[in-house]
Amino acid sequence: MLRLLNIEYHKLRYSKSSKILITTYFILITFIALIASIEFQFGSVQFRVADQGIFNFPYIWHFNSYIAALLKLFLAIVIVSMVSNEYSNRTIKQNLIDGLSKKEFILSKFLTVVSFALFSTIFVFIVSLILGLSFSDYSEASIIFSDLEYLLAYFVKLTGFFAFCMFLGMLIKRSAFALGFLFVWWILESIARGVMEYKIFRDSNIAENIAQFFPLESMALLVKEPFSRLNVIQSAATQLGSEFSKDYGVHWYQLLIVLVWTAIFVYFSYLLLKKRDL
Amino acid sequence: MSTILRLDNLTKKFGPVTAVKNLSFSIEKGNVYGILGPNGSGKSTTLGIVLNVVNKTSGDFHWFDGSQSTHEALQKVGAIIERPNFYPYMTAAQNLELVCKIKKVAPNKIDEKLELVGLLNRRNSKFRTFSLGMKQRLAIGSALLNDPEILILDEPTNGLDPQGIHQIREIITRIAAGGTTILLASHLLDEVEKVCTHVVIIRKGEKLYSGPVDQMNASFGFFELKAANEEKLLALLNSHPAIGKVTQKGEIYTAFLEEPLEPEALNTYLFENGLSLSQLVKRKESLEEQFLLLTNQTAI
Repeated sequence: MLRLLNIEYHKLRYSKSSKILITTYFILITFIALIASIEFQFGSVQFRVADQGIFNFPYIWHFNSYIAALLKLFLAIVIVSMVSNEYSNRTIKQNLIDGLSKKEFILSKFLTVVSFALFSTIFVFIVSLILGLSFSDYSEASIIFSDLEYLLAYFVKLTGFFAFCMFLGMLIKRSAFALGFLFVWWILESIARGVMEYKIFRDSNIAENIAQFFPLESMALLVKEPFSRLNVIQSAATQLGSEFSKDYGVHWYQLLIVLVWTAIFVYFSYLLLKKRDL
Repeated sequence: MSTILRLDNLTKKFGPVTAVKNLSFSIEKGNVYGILGPNGSGKSTTLGIVLNVVNKTSGDFHWFDGSQSTHEALQKVGAIIERPNFYPYMTAAQNLELVCKIKKVAPNKIDEKLELVGLLNRRNSKFRTFSLGMKQRLAIGSALLNDPEILILDEPTNGLDPQGIHQIREIITRIAAGGTTILLASHLLDEVEKVCTHVVIIRKGEKLYSGPVDQMNASFGFFELKAANEEKLLALLNSHPAIGKVTQKGEIYTAFLEEPLEPEALNTYLFENGLSLSQLVKRKESLEEQFLLLTNQTAI
């Protein structure tokens, strides 16, 4: 296993574009801290975002994992190109001839996907911990380390998404087209969902129940938007006479759906490579 | 002598096209093999199958004693097929390091192999800056990193300039002299004739011949004859039991043998029947003629 990671690391470490994208990704995550410095005048009231409780434990786990997940596209580009470049440079052929098995090839890519997700999760954990310790109103260990399931959800979400990117890279063999296809897929899912919701299954939640099984939708559901959960928004909504009652939790079956998708993507990547004549 | 690779009735179909048809042969340790065949005869497909990049349709192949999986066996093989494939953004040395990791060998031979193929002074240049000849030489160096039991080269001189071709041939000859088993696929006959001891000839995916180069053709050679009385020469040749087909080209008659016959015997036979020759030459087909004979089955 270490040998496979080592091989993949060797391929990435000399690639300038991958290095730039990966560095940008991690730097951007640390920029979440900059949100803390957003201040503006609201009439005579000074408004500081940091004071609105977004960095309070345990809410910060939810907030940061959601914001950090928006940046996943940077790593998605790295993953799609690290797979499809093997085709365009024809190095996949040479790797196999040199004695890497097809299983090992897929495994080396998937292990890289998992390590990207793992490093991101650890990184978000550290950044959030530092931010929380600096700004949170609560500092009891029991509160700090509650709701950590959001980080687990974040990890599973990234693994699933990157596995999807890997599969698209394998399937389409051209990075630009694979990323384009990812976008098209997202649109298709939205259309399918929209059609079901507003045409076929009106006035019921069947559409929602079906859509939660879509790959991208299932990943999006893992960490839901955290904004409406903020006190400010909640109280504003109450004043306006509407009530938010949304389920922000992470559920085991949602994790399972994404894990099943991950398994499907990895298996089909392998199947594609196995069946293909290179 | 131990077998390095054995093919049993290997078949590959691409849709309706059969690229390789019931191909069987084996590669023994220590010999230099050439796979000959016209373009599109299935050479590269055959190599692709045994090298794990093309899926076979039926049949089987075994590396070494057959106890290892293909990818494990391939770690003891050095092979390059078609164009050299490396990561363009890595230097020569970095690319070879990666190959070492895949083949599970220590990276201490990188400089030695770069030296062998004459690229040591370019070890830290990026692969994309290399000329085709240099890329091809790097590929050979890379294939040698694990001191392979067998070196497989597919059209190693394709697309190179005469100097590049010469360099590659020199490297191959040097490696062959070191006792490494080599399998060389090519459609260039003089290339094969110069370095190979054994040949496998395929056409349209079918094996036509496999064995030592000098026993390649079952034919016993042919005579080139000239005489003043051409009609009589033709009649006498046609009535000789050892002579098969007779063709004419200008004043020269070519008589193909169906069984061994020495020039003295033929000369005596013709002289005793009242014909004196002005020219008598016995020849064997050159590799090129034999190859064309086998692959075309039309006349020379």
